[in-house]
This record gives sequence, C-alpha cells and structure tokens, in this order.
Amino acid sequence: MSRPLSFELVSPERLLVSMEAEMVVVPGSEGNFGVLADHMPMISSLRPGVIDVYAQRPEIERRVFVAGGFCEVTKDTCTVLADSAKPVEDLDAAAIDRRIADLKEDLQDAKTDAERAAVAHALAVAQAERAAAG
Amino acid sequence: MPSLKDLRNRIDSVKSTRKITSAMKMVAAAKLRRAQEQATHARPYAEGMSRMVANLAKAMEGDARAPRLMSGTGKDERHLLVVVTADRGLCGGFNSSVIRETRNRVRALRSEGKAVQIFCVGRKGADALRRDLNSLIVERVVDVMRRGVRFDDAKEVAAKLRQKFEAGEFDVCTIVYNRFVSAITQQITVRQLIPLAIDESHHEASHALYEFEPDQAQILEDLLPRNLAIQTFRAMLESQAGEQGARMTAMDNATRNAGEMIDRLTLTYNRTRQAVITSELIEIISGAEAL
Repeated sequence: MSRPLSFELVSPERLLVSMEAEMVVVPGSEGNFGVLADHMPMISSLRPGVIDVYAQRPEIERRVFVAGGFCEVTKDTCTVLADSAKPVEDLDAAAIDRRIADLKEDLQDAKTDAERAAVAHALAVAQAERAAAG
Repeated sequence: MPSLKDLRNRIDSVKSTRKITSAMKMVAAAKLRRAQEQATHARPYAEGMSRMVANLAKAMEGDARAPRLMSGTGKDERHLLVVVTADRGLCGGFNSSVIRETRNRVRALRSEGKAVQIFCVGRKGADALRRDLNSLIVERVVDVMRRGVRFDDAKEVAAKLRQKFEAGEFDVCTIVYNRFVSAITQQITVRQLIPLAIDESHHEASHALYEFEPDQAQILEDLLPRNLAIQTFRAMLESQAGEQGARMTAMDNATRNAGEMIDRLTLTYNRTRQAVITSELIEIISGAEAL
C-alpha cells in the first residue's frame, strides 16, 4: 500500500468521517476525481454524488452520498466540506422516489423564479440520491 | 421592627426563590455542556471553510472578477449591524453588554456621518433596542434559539443578509456577539462579514499553490454565501454557549445571595423571638412583684 491519505468529511454541524485512506474518489463539479497521497493541491466544488473511500484498493471501505459542497486537497490530506451527507447504505430508494414525485409537483406549482430554482436544485439532489441508492 | 410572622413569611419566600435559582443554575449547566459540544463539533467545518476562503481570496486579490461579497461595493457609507443576543433574560450582563456595544457603535458611526441599520437576532436585543433605535431596526429574527441553534436558522439569516446586500441596502456588514471564553467570561466580539475580512492566522499555512476547479471566481461565488452562513452559525453557537454560561454564573450568585439573606433573616427572627420571650418574662415577674 502506498502512503495513506488522511480523509475528513465534515458537515456544518459535525465532523462525520475522519480516517486514513489509500484513495478517495470525489464527485467534483466538473467530473469525478480520485485523490491519492501527493496529489496536486487543489480546491474544487462538488456536485451531488457519492464519495468512495478506499482504505485499500480495490476494496471500497465507505460510500457516502453528499448533496454538494467543497473539497480541499493538499499533499496528504483531503477535506470535504459537505452541505449534507448520508451513508449510501442508509438511503431508501422508495422514500426518495416519493420525494422526487413531490418535488416535481412543487416545481409545477412554483411561482417565482427563485422558488423554481430552489425546487429544481432540491430535485437535482434527490435525483442524484436516487441514482446513488441504486 | 417587623413582627415574627412577617419575618417568617419573608424567610419562606426567599427560600422558594433560592429553590428556583438553583434549579435554573442546574438547567443552565446542562445546557451549557450541550451548547459547548455543539460549538466544538462545528469547529472543523468552520476552520476548513476559512482556510479555503483565505486561499481563494489570496489567489483572487486585486482581480476585477472577484465577487462583490468579497470586495464589497467599494463604498463605506451604509452599515448594517447584526446584533446577536439571547431570547431570554436572567443571564447577568450578557445581553446588556452586547446592547451597550451596539449603542456605542451606532453613535460612533453616526458621528462619522454614516447611515446605520440594525438586524436583530434574539428577542432581548430587539426589545431593548426598540426603545431608542426602533427606526434603525430593519429585520428581527427571534425565538430561533429556543431549542438550540440549528444550521438552517443561520442559513436563513445569511440568506436575508445576502438578499439585502444584493438589493444594495448596505455597504458594510458587521456582526456583534458574545464569544464564549469560559463558563464565567464572555467576550464581546465584533467581526466584519461583508466585505470579506480575511483571518490573518490562516495566511502562513497557505504557501501551496492551488489548482481550482472550476475557476477561482466561480468557486468563490459558491463559497462566499456558505462562508457567510457559517460565520453567522458560529456567532450564534458562541452566543448560545455564552448565554448558558452567563446564566449559570448569574444563577449561582443569586443562589448564594439568597442563602446569605436567609441566614441574616433567620438571625433577626431568632433575636426577635428571644426579645419577645424576655419581655413577656419581665412582664410576668414585675406583675408578680407588684403584688
């Protein structure tokens, strides 16, 4: 195993995950990217999607769904600031389907542009969540 | 001289006050622990956020594409003060110190010829400032902290701030709150939210040249509103912990004072009782002697 990377996942309310990993795959806003130790320092925004944490490749140790946020990579750390995060195994496909249906209705009822944008965003998050739930 | 009955009533009433204050102290201590925990849990995110913002802001310095939330409107004419207080009283000088600081700032800014607006978070601040600065209060958010501060509440406050900023209602936004130092001390803290004030302590940690994805301007555009929410959230959490600490101390003092008062009253009560007995005895003896 190559040098480990310290991975942290935090939400505004608490530190969710803090662990050593060999590789982390993050859903960047311009495409997924994998982070190993000695990665180029970078800051990226995230789209709704799943973070895969590999403690030792090729085994995925943890899969976490994030609804968006930011990721900071330095030489040997990878910090994800997530808006909200849920372990993939806790996602409930049926409940998400219901939420998507509700949001679609809301989208039709939305009156102002701002309202529509907010609902559309929530819908995009829900759809990504559905895709992650499999 | 109060009668024995009066004294007894007085002692009973102080005793029940002491019961209440000591219960409030206990409740505040329990809440303080929770609030402190919440504040500690929120720290990693806030730290990560200010690190990123500092790095990005450095990369963007002097760039014309910098978002307005970072660079401001370029003017310094209209100020918005966000005043964070508690929703409840009985916590010593906690609320009044924030209010005093606010009044001083308002006076200073006005004497420089600036326009001032006030955004109240917390019922007590809104109530106190209404008396003399009612015309300046543009917004109040009250009773959100009853069940502990949630991030959504802070997000709402931040959204309102942004909306006002984008509507061009103010140039500079500053937040005034009590920072939690320890259970007995809170420190009045004034922080500038808009335009962005960079925390110097993060500068030396940011030698690395970062790659940005998408470009800096776009990330900052997304990051700054979040940062605003986080800063507000942090202020609210600190204030919440400070409030419980202040209440605990205030109630501890009140309990101790009540105890002292009870001792004093009991002493007076006993003296009075003895005096009454003595004078009765004198009456009986001198009555018997007269026969």
